[in-house]
Amino acid sequence: MFEQLNQLLAQNDIFTHSTLAHYWGGFVVTIQLVFLALIIGAIIALPLGILRTSKNPWISKPIWLYVYIFRGTPLIVQLFLIYYGTAQIDSIKDTWLWDNILSEAFYPCLIAFVLNTAAYTTEIIKGAIDNTPAGEIEAAKAYGMSWAKRMHRIILPSAFRRALPAYANEVIFMLHASAIASVVTIVDLTGAARDIYSRYYAPFDAFLFVAAIYLCITFTLIFGFRHLENKLLAHLKPLS
Amino acid sequence: MKKLIIAISCILAFTASSLQAKDWKEVRIAVDIPYEPFEYKAPDGTLTGFEVDLGNAVCAEIGAKCEWIPQAWDGIIPGLLARKYDAIMSSMSITEERAKKVLFSEGYYNTPSGWFAKKGANLNTADKTVMKGKKVGVQRGTLQDNYVTEKLGDVIEVKRYTTADDLVLDLTGGRLDVVFLDYPVGEKTIITDSNYETVGDTIPVGDGIGVAFRKRDQELADKFNKALKKLKEDGTYDTIMKKYFSYNIKI
Repeated sequence: MFEQLNQLLAQNDIFTHSTLAHYWGGFVVTIQLVFLALIIGAIIALPLGILRTSKNPWISKPIWLYVYIFRGTPLIVQLFLIYYGTAQIDSIKDTWLWDNILSEAFYPCLIAFVLNTAAYTTEIIKGAIDNTPAGEIEAAKAYGMSWAKRMHRIILPSAFRRALPAYANEVIFMLHASAIASVVTIVDLTGAARDIYSRYYAPFDAFLFVAAIYLCITFTLIFGFRHLENKLLAHLKPLS
Repeated sequence: MKKLIIAISCILAFTASSLQAKDWKEVRIAVDIPYEPFEYKAPDGTLTGFEVDLGNAVCAEIGAKCEWIPQAWDGIIPGLLARKYDAIMSSMSITEERAKKVLFSEGYYNTPSGWFAKKGANLNTADKTVMKGKKVGVQRGTLQDNYVTEKLGDVIEVKRYTTADDLVLDLTGGRLDVVFLDYPVGEKTIITDSNYETVGDTIPVGDGIGVAFRKRDQELADKFNKALKKLKEDGTYDTIMKKYFSYNIKI
Protein backbone atom coordinates (compact mmCIF):
# COMPACT_ATOMS: atom_id res chain seq x y z
CA MET A 1 0.00 0.00 0.00
CA PHE A 2 2.68 2.52 1.07
CA GLU A 3 4.97 1.35 -1.68
CA GLN A 4 2.28 1.96 -4.28
CA LEU A 5 1.67 5.39 -2.84
CA ASN A 6 5.36 6.20 -2.97
CA GLN A 7 5.52 5.08 -6.58
CA LEU A 8 2.55 7.24 -7.46
CA LEU A 9 4.08 10.26 -5.72
CA ALA A 10 7.40 9.78 -7.48
CA GLN A 11 5.69 10.17 -10.84
CA ASN A 12 4.42 13.72 -10.48
CA ASP A 13 5.78 17.10 -9.48
CA ILE A 14 2.82 18.48 -7.61
CA PHE A 15 1.56 15.86 -5.19
CA THR A 16 4.74 15.24 -3.27
CA HIS A 17 4.99 14.37 0.40
CA SER A 18 5.41 18.01 1.37
CA THR A 19 2.35 19.23 -0.53
CA LEU A 20 0.24 16.37 0.84
CA ALA A 21 1.39 17.36 4.32
CA HIS A 22 0.36 20.93 3.48
CA TYR A 23 -3.10 19.70 2.45
CA TRP A 24 -3.35 17.63 5.62
CA GLY A 25 -2.56 20.68 7.73
CA GLY A 26 -5.27 22.55 5.84
CA PHE A 27 -7.73 19.71 6.38
CA VAL A 28 -7.14 19.79 10.14
CA VAL A 29 -7.63 23.57 10.28
CA THR A 30 -10.84 23.42 8.22
CA ILE A 31 -12.30 20.69 10.43
CA GLN A 32 -11.35 22.55 13.62
CA LEU A 33 -12.71 25.84 12.37
CA VAL A 34 -16.02 24.47 11.06
CA PHE A 35 -16.84 22.19 13.95
CA LEU A 36 -15.83 24.62 16.68
CA ALA A 37 -17.93 27.28 14.96
CA LEU A 38 -20.89 24.92 14.64
CA ILE A 39 -20.74 23.70 18.25
CA ILE A 40 -20.33 27.17 19.79
CA GLY A 41 -22.88 28.56 17.33
CA ALA A 42 -25.43 25.90 18.30
CA ILE A 43 -24.88 26.57 22.01
CA ILE A 44 -25.55 30.29 21.44
CA ALA A 45 -28.42 29.70 19.05
CA LEU A 46 -30.49 27.44 21.29
CA PRO A 47 -31.39 30.05 23.96
CA LEU A 48 -31.62 32.76 21.30
CA GLY A 49 -34.01 30.63 19.23
CA ILE A 50 -36.24 30.02 22.24
CA LEU A 51 -36.19 33.67 23.34
CA ARG A 52 -36.84 34.77 19.76
CA THR A 53 -40.33 33.21 20.05
CA SER A 54 -41.02 35.27 23.17
CA LYS A 55 -44.03 37.58 23.01
CA ASN A 56 -42.13 40.31 24.86
CA PRO A 57 -40.73 42.65 22.14
CA TRP A 58 -37.86 43.75 24.44
CA ILE A 59 -36.58 40.19 24.27
CA SER A 60 -37.46 39.10 20.76
CA LYS A 61 -36.69 42.30 18.83
CA PRO A 62 -32.96 42.58 19.70
CA ILE A 63 -32.52 38.95 18.69
CA TRP A 64 -34.45 39.61 15.51
CA LEU A 65 -32.07 42.51 14.79
CA TYR A 66 -28.98 40.36 15.36
CA VAL A 67 -30.29 37.61 13.09
CA TYR A 68 -31.35 40.16 10.48
CA ILE A 69 -27.89 41.78 10.37
CA PHE A 70 -25.89 38.57 10.22
CA ARG A 71 -28.15 36.90 7.69
CA GLY A 72 -28.41 40.07 5.66
CA THR A 73 -24.69 40.65 5.08
CA PRO A 74 -22.13 38.39 3.36
CA LEU A 75 -19.90 36.34 5.62
CA ILE A 76 -16.79 37.67 3.93
CA VAL A 77 -17.77 41.25 4.83
CA GLN A 78 -18.30 40.22 8.46
CA LEU A 79 -14.91 38.50 8.44
CA PHE A 80 -13.15 41.56 7.02
CA LEU A 81 -14.80 43.81 9.61
CA ILE A 82 -13.77 41.58 12.49
CA TYR A 83 -10.27 40.82 11.16
CA TYR A 84 -9.09 44.09 9.63
CA GLY A 85 -11.53 46.34 11.47
CA THR A 86 -10.42 45.41 14.97
CA ALA A 87 -6.76 45.93 14.00
CA GLN A 88 -7.51 49.59 13.29
CA ILE A 89 -8.99 50.42 16.69
CA ASP A 90 -6.27 51.37 19.15
CA SER A 91 -8.42 51.00 22.25
CA ILE A 92 -8.93 47.33 21.44
CA LYS A 93 -5.25 46.76 20.80
CA ASP A 94 -4.28 47.85 24.31
CA THR A 95 -6.39 45.20 26.01
CA TRP A 96 -5.78 41.51 26.71
CA LEU A 97 -8.39 40.77 24.06
CA TRP A 98 -5.89 41.73 21.36
CA ASP A 99 -2.86 39.95 22.77
CA ASN A 100 -4.58 36.68 23.42
CA ILE A 101 -7.32 36.44 20.82
CA LEU A 102 -7.52 38.96 18.02
CA SER A 103 -3.86 39.04 17.00
CA GLU A 104 -4.08 35.46 15.72
CA ALA A 105 -5.95 35.01 12.46
CA PHE A 106 -7.76 31.91 13.72
CA TYR A 107 -9.88 33.56 16.41
CA PRO A 108 -11.30 36.54 14.48
CA CYS A 109 -12.25 34.03 11.83
CA LEU A 110 -13.84 31.70 14.38
CA ILE A 111 -15.77 34.63 15.87
CA ALA A 112 -17.12 35.62 12.46
CA PHE A 113 -18.13 32.03 11.69
CA VAL A 114 -19.77 31.54 15.10
CA LEU A 115 -21.80 34.76 14.85
CA ASN A 116 -22.87 33.89 11.33
CA THR A 117 -23.88 30.29 11.92
CA ALA A 118 -25.55 31.21 15.25
CA ALA A 119 -27.80 33.67 13.38
CA TYR A 120 -28.89 31.06 10.84
CA THR A 121 -29.33 28.36 13.48
CA THR A 122 -31.40 30.73 15.64
CA GLU A 123 -33.79 31.23 12.76
CA ILE A 124 -33.97 27.49 12.08
CA ILE A 125 -34.82 26.77 15.74
CA LYS A 126 -37.31 29.63 15.88
CA GLY A 127 -39.05 28.34 12.76
CA ALA A 128 -39.24 24.83 14.14
CA ILE A 129 -40.69 26.05 17.46
CA ASP A 130 -43.27 28.20 15.66
CA ASN A 131 -44.41 25.17 13.71
CA THR A 132 -45.29 23.13 16.77
CA PRO A 133 -48.91 22.04 16.29
CA ALA A 134 -51.17 24.18 18.50
CA GLY A 135 -52.99 21.06 19.68
CA GLU A 136 -49.85 19.67 21.34
CA ILE A 137 -49.31 22.88 23.29
CA GLU A 138 -52.98 23.06 24.31
CA ALA A 139 -52.85 19.48 25.49
CA ALA A 140 -49.72 20.20 27.52
CA LYS A 141 -51.40 23.25 29.05
CA ALA A 142 -54.47 21.15 29.85
CA TYR A 143 -52.19 18.83 31.81
CA GLY A 144 -51.07 21.82 33.84
CA MET A 145 -47.49 21.89 32.57
CA SER A 146 -45.51 25.06 33.22
CA TRP A 147 -43.77 26.95 30.37
CA ALA A 148 -40.42 25.34 31.18
CA LYS A 149 -41.85 21.87 31.36
CA ARG A 150 -43.75 22.39 28.08
CA MET A 151 -40.51 23.50 26.39
CA HIS A 152 -38.55 20.62 27.84
CA ARG A 153 -41.06 17.83 27.25
CA ILE A 154 -43.21 18.83 24.29
CA ILE A 155 -41.95 21.69 22.16
CA LEU A 156 -38.18 21.22 21.97
CA PRO A 157 -38.10 17.47 21.29
CA SER A 158 -40.42 17.78 18.33
CA ALA A 159 -38.85 21.08 17.20
CA PHE A 160 -35.41 19.47 17.06
CA ARG A 161 -36.72 16.71 14.86
CA ARG A 162 -38.32 19.22 12.51
CA ALA A 163 -35.18 21.39 12.48
CA LEU A 164 -32.83 18.55 11.65
CA PRO A 165 -33.00 18.58 7.80
CA ALA A 166 -32.60 22.37 7.70
CA TYR A 167 -29.72 22.21 10.16
CA ALA A 168 -27.97 19.55 8.08
CA ASN A 169 -28.03 22.06 5.24
CA GLU A 170 -26.58 24.76 7.49
CA VAL A 171 -23.70 22.46 8.47
CA ILE A 172 -22.84 21.82 4.85
CA PHE A 173 -23.11 25.50 3.94
CA MET A 174 -20.81 26.31 6.85
CA LEU A 175 -18.24 23.82 5.60
CA HIS A 176 -18.27 25.41 2.17
CA ALA A 177 -18.31 28.97 3.55
CA SER A 178 -15.20 28.15 5.59
CA ALA A 179 -13.22 28.36 2.35
CA ILE A 180 -13.11 32.15 2.76
CA ALA A 181 -10.88 31.72 5.83
CA SER A 182 -8.02 31.57 3.36
CA VAL A 183 -8.35 35.29 2.57
CA VAL A 184 -7.19 36.20 6.07
CA THR A 185 -3.96 34.15 5.83
CA ILE A 186 -5.37 31.02 7.46
CA VAL A 187 -4.06 27.94 5.70
CA ASP A 188 -7.24 25.89 5.60
CA LEU A 189 -7.98 23.43 2.77
CA THR A 190 -8.58 26.23 0.27
CA GLY A 191 -5.58 28.17 1.59
CA ALA A 192 -3.39 25.10 1.08
CA ALA A 193 -4.73 24.72 -2.46
CA ARG A 194 -3.99 28.39 -3.18
CA ASP A 195 -0.44 28.04 -1.87
CA ILE A 196 0.18 24.99 -4.01
CA TYR A 197 -1.47 26.57 -7.04
CA SER A 198 0.70 29.68 -6.77
CA ARG A 199 3.84 27.59 -6.32
CA TYR A 200 3.29 25.28 -9.31
CA TYR A 201 0.85 27.29 -11.48
CA ALA A 202 -1.35 24.25 -11.78
CA PRO A 203 -4.87 25.43 -10.95
CA PHE A 204 -6.61 22.24 -12.07
CA ASP A 205 -4.49 19.85 -10.03
CA ALA A 206 -4.45 22.00 -6.90
CA PHE A 207 -8.15 22.85 -6.82
CA LEU A 208 -9.60 19.58 -8.17
CA PHE A 209 -7.81 17.73 -5.41
CA VAL A 210 -9.16 20.06 -2.76
CA ALA A 211 -12.66 19.89 -4.28
CA ALA A 212 -12.51 16.11 -3.94
CA ILE A 213 -11.62 16.43 -0.26
CA TYR A 214 -14.54 18.81 0.34
CA LEU A 215 -16.83 16.34 -1.44
CA CYS A 216 -15.64 13.53 0.84
CA ILE A 217 -16.31 15.62 3.96
CA THR A 218 -19.73 16.63 2.62
CA PHE A 219 -20.69 13.03 1.89
CA THR A 220 -19.61 11.96 5.36
CA LEU A 221 -21.78 14.72 6.86
CA ILE A 222 -24.76 13.84 4.68
CA PHE A 223 -24.38 10.19 5.61
CA GLY A 224 -24.28 11.05 9.32
CA PHE A 225 -27.35 13.27 9.16
CA ARG A 226 -29.25 10.71 7.04
CA HIS A 227 -28.58 8.14 9.75
CA LEU A 228 -29.70 10.54 12.46
CA GLU A 229 -32.87 11.47 10.56
CA ASN A 230 -33.73 7.82 9.99
CA LYS A 231 -33.44 7.25 13.69
CA LEU A 232 -35.18 10.36 15.02
CA LEU A 233 -37.83 10.74 12.34
CA ALA A 234 -38.71 7.05 12.11
CA HIS A 235 -42.23 7.73 13.41
CA LEU A 236 -42.95 10.02 10.46
CA LYS A 237 -42.16 7.41 7.84
CA PRO A 238 -44.83 5.48 5.97
CA LEU A 239 -45.26 2.03 7.44
CA SER A 240 -44.62 0.03 4.31
CA MET B 1 -31.06 28.19 -48.34
CA LYS B 2 -28.03 27.47 -50.46
CA LYS B 3 -27.26 31.19 -50.73
CA LEU B 4 -27.52 31.53 -46.99
CA ILE B 5 -25.03 28.72 -46.44
CA ILE B 6 -22.62 30.27 -48.94
CA ALA B 7 -22.98 33.66 -47.27
CA ILE B 8 -22.35 32.23 -43.83
CA SER B 9 -19.33 30.24 -44.94
CA CYS B 10 -17.94 33.35 -46.64
CA ILE B 11 -18.31 35.34 -43.43
CA LEU B 12 -16.72 32.55 -41.42
CA ALA B 13 -13.85 32.27 -43.88
CA PHE B 14 -13.21 36.01 -43.66
CA THR B 15 -13.28 36.18 -39.88
CA ALA B 16 -11.06 33.10 -39.65
CA SER B 17 -8.45 34.57 -41.95
CA SER B 18 -8.50 37.93 -40.16
CA LEU B 19 -7.95 36.11 -36.86
CA GLN B 20 -5.00 34.18 -38.18
CA ALA B 21 -3.11 37.10 -39.66
CA LYS B 22 -2.00 38.59 -36.36
CA ASP B 23 0.21 41.57 -37.15
CA TRP B 24 0.20 42.92 -33.57
CA LYS B 25 -1.28 46.34 -34.31
CA GLU B 26 -2.85 46.10 -30.90
CA VAL B 27 -1.31 44.52 -27.81
CA ARG B 28 -3.31 43.94 -24.67
CA ILE B 29 -1.13 43.93 -21.56
CA ALA B 30 -2.22 42.78 -18.13
CA VAL B 31 -1.25 44.59 -14.91
CA ASP B 32 -2.07 43.90 -11.30
CA ILE B 33 -2.77 47.30 -9.79
CA PRO B 34 -1.89 48.88 -7.42
CA TYR B 35 1.80 48.00 -7.16
CA GLU B 36 3.52 51.30 -6.59
CA PRO B 37 5.60 52.65 -8.22
CA PHE B 38 5.40 50.11 -11.06
CA GLU B 39 1.72 50.42 -11.83
CA TYR B 40 -0.89 52.44 -9.98
CA LYS B 41 -3.69 54.91 -10.46
CA ALA B 42 -2.70 58.57 -10.33
CA PRO B 43 -5.00 60.81 -8.26
CA ASP B 44 -6.89 61.75 -11.43
CA GLY B 45 -7.60 58.07 -12.19
CA THR B 46 -5.18 57.50 -15.05
CA LEU B 47 -2.97 54.44 -15.01
CA THR B 48 0.66 55.29 -14.48
CA GLY B 49 3.92 53.88 -13.16
CA PHE B 50 7.30 52.63 -14.34
CA GLU B 51 6.06 49.55 -16.16
CA VAL B 52 3.15 51.38 -17.75
CA ASP B 53 5.46 54.09 -19.12
CA LEU B 54 7.98 51.51 -20.28
CA GLY B 55 5.28 49.38 -21.89
CA ASN B 56 3.88 52.40 -23.72
CA ALA B 57 7.38 53.24 -24.97
CA VAL B 58 7.81 49.67 -26.24
CA CYS B 59 4.46 49.81 -28.00
CA ALA B 60 5.41 53.11 -29.65
CA GLU B 61 8.66 51.47 -30.74
CA ILE B 62 6.99 48.46 -32.38
CA GLY B 63 4.18 50.57 -33.80
CA ALA B 64 1.37 48.93 -31.85
CA LYS B 65 -1.42 50.28 -29.71
CA CYS B 66 -1.17 49.29 -26.07
CA GLU B 67 -4.27 48.47 -24.08
CA TRP B 68 -3.79 47.97 -20.33
CA ILE B 69 -5.98 45.38 -18.66
CA PRO B 70 -6.22 45.25 -14.86
CA GLN B 71 -6.02 41.67 -13.61
CA ALA B 72 -5.58 40.27 -10.07
CA TRP B 73 -2.28 38.49 -9.53
CA ASP B 74 -3.78 35.10 -8.67
CA GLY B 75 -5.33 34.63 -12.10
CA ILE B 76 -2.82 36.51 -14.20
CA ILE B 77 -1.16 33.51 -15.92
CA PRO B 78 -4.39 31.58 -16.57
CA GLY B 79 -5.81 34.82 -18.04
CA LEU B 80 -2.88 35.05 -20.45
CA LEU B 81 -3.29 31.43 -21.52
CA ALA B 82 -7.03 32.02 -21.97
CA ARG B 83 -6.19 34.91 -24.34
CA LYS B 84 -7.83 37.62 -22.26
CA TYR B 85 -4.66 39.61 -23.07
CA ASP B 86 -1.43 39.05 -24.99
CA ALA B 87 1.27 39.93 -22.48
CA ILE B 88 1.89 40.46 -18.77
CA MET B 89 3.94 43.42 -17.59
CA SER B 90 3.26 43.28 -13.92
CA SER B 91 6.61 42.88 -12.18
CA MET B 92 6.61 39.15 -12.90
CA SER B 93 9.91 37.59 -11.88
CA ILE B 94 11.41 35.10 -14.29
CA THR B 95 11.33 31.69 -12.64
CA GLU B 96 11.77 28.13 -13.82
CA GLU B 97 8.24 27.10 -12.80
CA ARG B 98 6.64 30.02 -14.62
CA ALA B 99 8.83 29.48 -17.70
CA LYS B 100 7.14 26.09 -18.10
CA LYS B 101 3.82 27.87 -18.71
CA VAL B 102 4.77 31.14 -20.39
CA LEU B 103 7.44 32.64 -22.63
CA PHE B 104 9.55 35.33 -21.02
CA SER B 105 11.24 38.30 -22.69
CA GLU B 106 14.71 39.34 -21.63
CA GLY B 107 14.70 40.83 -18.13
CA TYR B 108 13.82 44.52 -18.09
CA TYR B 109 14.51 45.34 -14.45
CA ASN B 110 15.53 43.80 -11.18
CA THR B 111 14.93 45.25 -7.76
CA PRO B 112 16.28 44.01 -4.47
CA SER B 113 13.98 42.76 -1.75
CA GLY B 114 13.95 44.15 1.74
CA TRP B 115 12.82 43.38 5.28
CA PHE B 116 10.50 45.88 6.94
CA ALA B 117 9.44 46.05 10.58
CA LYS B 118 8.33 48.43 13.29
CA LYS B 119 11.12 50.60 14.69
CA GLY B 120 12.91 49.03 17.64
CA ALA B 121 12.03 45.47 16.65
CA ASN B 122 15.76 44.65 16.78
CA LEU B 123 15.69 41.76 14.38
CA ASN B 124 18.56 39.97 12.74
CA THR B 125 16.82 38.25 9.86
CA ALA B 126 19.76 35.96 9.15
CA ASP B 127 19.82 34.58 12.71
CA LYS B 128 17.47 31.66 13.15
CA THR B 129 17.40 31.87 16.95
CA VAL B 130 16.25 35.51 16.80
CA MET B 131 13.67 34.75 14.12
CA LYS B 132 12.22 31.73 15.89
CA GLY B 133 8.44 31.94 16.18
CA LYS B 134 8.24 35.30 14.41
CA LYS B 135 5.33 36.02 12.11
CA VAL B 136 6.61 36.95 8.68
CA GLY B 137 4.37 38.35 5.95
CA VAL B 138 4.95 37.75 2.24
CA GLN B 139 2.90 37.89 -0.93
CA ARG B 140 1.76 34.40 -1.89
CA GLY B 141 3.71 32.72 -4.68
CA THR B 142 6.30 35.50 -5.07
CA LEU B 143 10.08 35.07 -5.09
CA GLN B 144 10.13 36.56 -1.60
CA ASP B 145 7.70 33.83 -0.50
CA ASN B 146 10.03 31.13 -1.87
CA TYR B 147 13.09 32.79 -0.37
CA VAL B 148 11.64 33.10 3.12
CA THR B 149 10.09 29.63 3.05
CA GLU B 150 13.38 28.08 1.99
CA LYS B 151 15.67 29.97 4.36
CA LEU B 152 13.56 30.24 7.48
CA GLY B 153 10.46 28.12 6.87
CA ASP B 154 11.32 25.70 9.67
CA VAL B 155 11.48 28.30 12.46
CA ILE B 156 9.13 31.13 11.48
CA GLU B 157 5.42 31.33 10.79
CA VAL B 158 4.96 32.41 7.16
CA LYS B 159 1.75 34.37 6.54
CA ARG B 160 0.84 34.56 2.86
CA TYR B 161 -1.25 37.41 1.45
CA THR B 162 -2.88 37.88 -1.92
CA THR B 163 -2.16 41.60 -2.22
CA ALA B 164 0.54 43.88 -0.82
CA ASP B 165 -2.24 46.09 0.59
CA ASP B 166 -3.50 43.39 2.97
CA LEU B 167 0.06 42.65 3.98
CA VAL B 168 0.84 46.25 4.90
CA LEU B 169 -2.50 46.54 6.72
CA ASP B 170 -1.62 43.58 8.93
CA LEU B 171 1.90 44.86 9.60
CA THR B 172 0.60 48.23 10.75
CA GLY B 173 -2.26 46.48 12.55
CA GLY B 174 0.32 44.60 14.61
CA ARG B 175 -0.36 41.04 13.46
CA LEU B 176 3.05 40.64 11.79
CA ASP B 177 6.52 41.02 13.26
CA VAL B 178 8.28 41.62 9.97
CA VAL B 179 7.54 41.47 6.25
CA PHE B 180 9.74 40.60 3.27
CA LEU B 181 8.83 42.60 0.20
CA ASP B 182 10.09 43.95 -3.06
CA TYR B 183 12.14 46.89 -1.77
CA PRO B 184 10.54 49.69 -3.86
CA VAL B 185 7.05 48.58 -2.81
CA GLY B 186 8.01 48.66 0.86
CA GLU B 187 9.70 52.00 0.33
CA LYS B 188 6.50 53.53 -1.04
CA THR B 189 4.00 51.88 1.30
CA ILE B 190 5.68 51.04 4.62
CA ILE B 191 8.57 53.34 5.49
CA THR B 192 6.56 56.40 4.50
CA ASP B 193 5.28 55.93 8.07
CA SER B 194 8.10 57.07 10.36
CA ASN B 195 7.32 54.29 12.88
CA TYR B 196 8.65 51.70 10.44
CA GLU B 197 12.09 50.97 9.11
CA THR B 198 14.07 48.62 6.91
CA VAL B 199 15.80 45.78 8.70
CA GLY B 200 19.30 44.95 7.52
CA ASP B 201 20.55 45.23 3.97
CA THR B 202 18.52 44.74 0.82
CA ILE B 203 18.80 41.28 -0.69
CA PRO B 204 18.91 40.51 -4.42
CA VAL B 205 16.44 37.74 -5.22
CA GLY B 206 15.89 36.03 -8.55
CA ASP B 207 16.76 36.63 -12.20
CA GLY B 208 14.87 39.85 -12.74
CA ILE B 209 11.53 40.77 -14.20
CA GLY B 210 10.39 39.84 -17.69
CA VAL B 211 7.38 40.35 -19.93
CA ALA B 212 5.37 37.13 -20.14
CA PHE B 213 3.78 35.91 -23.38
CA ARG B 214 2.04 32.77 -24.55
CA LYS B 215 4.55 30.17 -25.68
CA ARG B 216 3.38 30.32 -29.29
CA ASP B 217 3.80 34.11 -29.59
CA GLN B 218 7.56 33.99 -30.15
CA GLU B 219 7.20 36.68 -32.81
CA LEU B 220 5.71 39.17 -30.34
CA ALA B 221 8.37 38.33 -27.76
CA ASP B 222 11.09 39.00 -30.34
CA LYS B 223 9.54 42.38 -31.12
CA PHE B 224 9.47 43.26 -27.42
CA ASN B 225 13.06 42.13 -26.88
CA LYS B 226 14.28 44.24 -29.79
CA ALA B 227 12.35 47.30 -28.62
CA LEU B 228 13.50 46.91 -24.99
CA LYS B 229 17.11 46.60 -26.11
CA LYS B 230 16.80 49.78 -28.15
CA LEU B 231 15.14 51.72 -25.29
CA LYS B 232 17.87 50.64 -22.88
CA GLU B 233 20.53 51.88 -25.31
CA ASP B 234 19.04 55.18 -26.48
CA GLY B 235 18.41 56.57 -22.98
CA THR B 236 14.61 56.36 -22.98
CA TYR B 237 14.78 53.63 -20.34
CA ASP B 238 16.95 55.79 -18.08
CA THR B 239 14.61 58.76 -18.42
CA ILE B 240 11.63 56.66 -17.36
CA MET B 241 13.61 55.02 -14.55
CA LYS B 242 14.72 58.36 -13.11
CA LYS B 243 11.13 59.53 -13.03
CA TYR B 244 10.26 56.82 -10.47
CA PHE B 245 13.46 55.69 -8.78
CA SER B 246 16.39 57.28 -7.02
CA TYR B 247 18.50 54.14 -7.55
CA ASN B 248 19.39 51.84 -10.41
CA ILE B 249 17.13 48.92 -11.33
CA LYS B 250 18.35 48.47 -14.90
CA ILE B 251 19.64 45.08 -16.03
